Amino acid sequence: MSRKITIEPVTRVEGHGKVTIHLDKAGEVSQSRLHIVEFRGFERFVQGRPYWEVPVLVQRLCGICPVSHHLAAAKAVDVIAGAGNGDGLTVTGDKMRRLMHYAQFFQSHVLHFFHLVSPDLLLGVDADPAIRNIIGVALQHKDLAVQGVMMRKFGQELIQATAGKKIHGTGAIPGGVNKNLSIEERDHFLKGADPLNADKMIEWSVAALDLFKDYYGKNKDMIDGFSHFPSNHLSLVRKDGALDFYHGGIRAVDSEGNKIIDYADYQDYTNIIGEGVKSWSYMKFPYLLSLGEEEGWYRVGPLARLNTCDFIPSPLAQKEFEIFKAHTNGKPNNMCMHYHWARIIEILHSAEVIKELLEDPDLQGTDLVATGERKDEGVGLVEAPRGTLFHHYNVNEDDQITMCNLIVSTTNNNVPMNKAVNFVAKAQMTGQTEITEPMMNMVEVAIRAYDPCLSCATHALGEMPLEVTMLDADGNEITSRKR
Amino acid sequence: MSKAVIATTSMAGCFGCHMSFLDIDERILDLIELVEFNKSPIDDIKHFTKQCDIGLLEGGCSNSENVEVLKEFRKHCKILVSVGECAIMGGLPAMRNGIPIKECIDEAYLNGPTTKNCNPQRILPNDDELPMLLDRVYPCHEIVKIDYFLPGCAPRADLIWNALYALVTGDELKLPYEVFKYD
Ligand code: SF4
Repeated sequence: MSRKITIEPVTRVEGHGKVTIHLDKAGEVSQSRLHIVEFRGFERFVQGRPYWEVPVLVQRLCGICPVSHHLAAAKAVDVIAGAGNGDGLTVTGDKMRRLMHYAQFFQSHVLHFFHLVSPDLLLGVDADPAIRNIIGVALQHKDLAVQGVMMRKFGQELIQATAGKKIHGTGAIPGGVNKNLSIEERDHFLKGADPLNADKMIEWSVAALDLFKDYYGKNKDMIDGFSHFPSNHLSLVRKDGALDFYHGGIRAVDSEGNKIIDYADYQDYTNIIGEGVKSWSYMKFPYLLSLGEEEGWYRVGPLARLNTCDFIPSPLAQKEFEIFKAHTNGKPNNMCMHYHWARIIEILHSAEVIKELLEDPDLQGTDLVATGERKDEGVGLVEAPRGTLFHHYNVNEDDQITMCNLIVSTTNNNVPMNKAVNFVAKAQMTGQTEITEPMMNMVEVAIRAYDPCLSCATHALGEMPLEVTMLDADGNEITSRKR
Repeated sequence: MSKAVIATTSMAGCFGCHMSFLDIDERILDLIELVEFNKSPIDDIKHFTKQCDIGLLEGGCSNSENVEVLKEFRKHCKILVSVGECAIMGGLPAMRNGIPIKECIDEAYLNGPTTKNCNPQRILPNDDELPMLLDRVYPCHEIVKIDYFLPGCAPRADLIWNALYALVTGDELKLPYEVFKYD
């Protein structure tokens, strides 16, 4: 077989995410960019595949939150299969999918908090990189590491019970699901031996929140002051304004909390959102069409969700939500590091919802699939752990995909992540000629708050390799640092 | 006995294989008694700091940078293992093989319903900062020599654990039918 690699290998670090910073003549930071360097071409190569394949196919973009892609695609093909726009599933179908989804939120947020953020909290942002990781945590705080591992395990096993597999499951099909939850499975998660049961998960979620609040109490200035800037916020909300990860209408608020869009039907999302393209990144730049590219960018994810929703429909998380809201007098919270706080409140909420669903006898129902009048186009949205996720497909009369459009969560956060990098670069690097390790770290901490799923957009688990280059006004490299 | 040194990377993959690795759950605590991690996205070590015993590879090669990383791994690891379908045969990203790359790019940046009216200057990502895309997606063994292959999408955690344990300890590899899947 003939093989030809036509491209000269470029000598460059493994830079899935890469930052460049430009200085002007006065030594001011004039521009900073987060470049995303991976490209898949999914929108084109899925064309021609039968539509019922996409829930299992598209999730292979991302093994960190595959359930979110699985369900967003399933919701889009529900529309095509005539099973309504989020409201046409059987009760069992709807609740099984919700259980799968909240389990995914639980495990994904836990992974981020324990595996990626806790090393900074427990060992310090300036700790030796060789130990500043989950392994370092496991060596020094074994109990906590065990908690993180067991919480993730609980979520993953619940995904397996609902989706058939821990990674890249097959549970959701057009119009519903292919299995219900047996009594044995239910009891396994409700009454499982300590610590693998729902009550323990709620208890540990509260403990994780306490751990964060304790850290916050001691580092208030840093957490509040580190990279904050006003923005719009966007997410799905339930009809009554409640936080809902699985289904709802699009709501967007501005930095003061005024509603820009409320409960819009996402089948119309192309009239609401546009995406800009820049030559220096494979990741596109979404914005609200009504406000235009300059003003219309927004944040998504845990912070945005707590800014858009009116309340959280579970008691313990609602209490925490009230404390969180009081911190900014009920106005939207625009502090980047508060993503972490919001994320742990969502861990608690997920654990509460999981318990409530497990106790619901509808999960043992046997009516699993709904059908209806076939359509040739469908849009599916969910709130993924990292933010709103859009899937859109057109099909022909032979059931083949003819058009596919995806806006993944991390792409929705593209502009704010770039702004965060710029904020930190300006604060840390203006007038400096040398880039130090702590400065590099700050840039990374700012990006990490968004929990970018660099697998969807690119890949690299939380800690991304960074390359910071400083250029003078004429474009000459002054200094460069890689990590 | 000194610990075996392990490195891992994700190239054109989805990170699911790394997630499956984490699905060994409590055995992570046994693992860190057995091995030491070097370059890996799981820790903070971004470049090889020593020669490694085992390199675990997720994903195939889709761009010039993937090729670079893979060659680095071959240089620094005694044993290389292709983990999962993407590393073994390109996997989902290889569905673009056979379609001109221009069509993939145009679809994503010019023709999509949320871009077609928003990119009047017809900008395409083409900056020097972006690595070059290869003509197609290559499985790892077409670029460098690979010693072992673990199938599955993702390979089950038990398979990854059994294989790693056998490689590190020199014990016989146990491959019960249930842990060995092609999907
Ligand atoms: S083999 Fe499957 S799980 Fe592994 S990287 Fe490829 S798509 Fe993801």
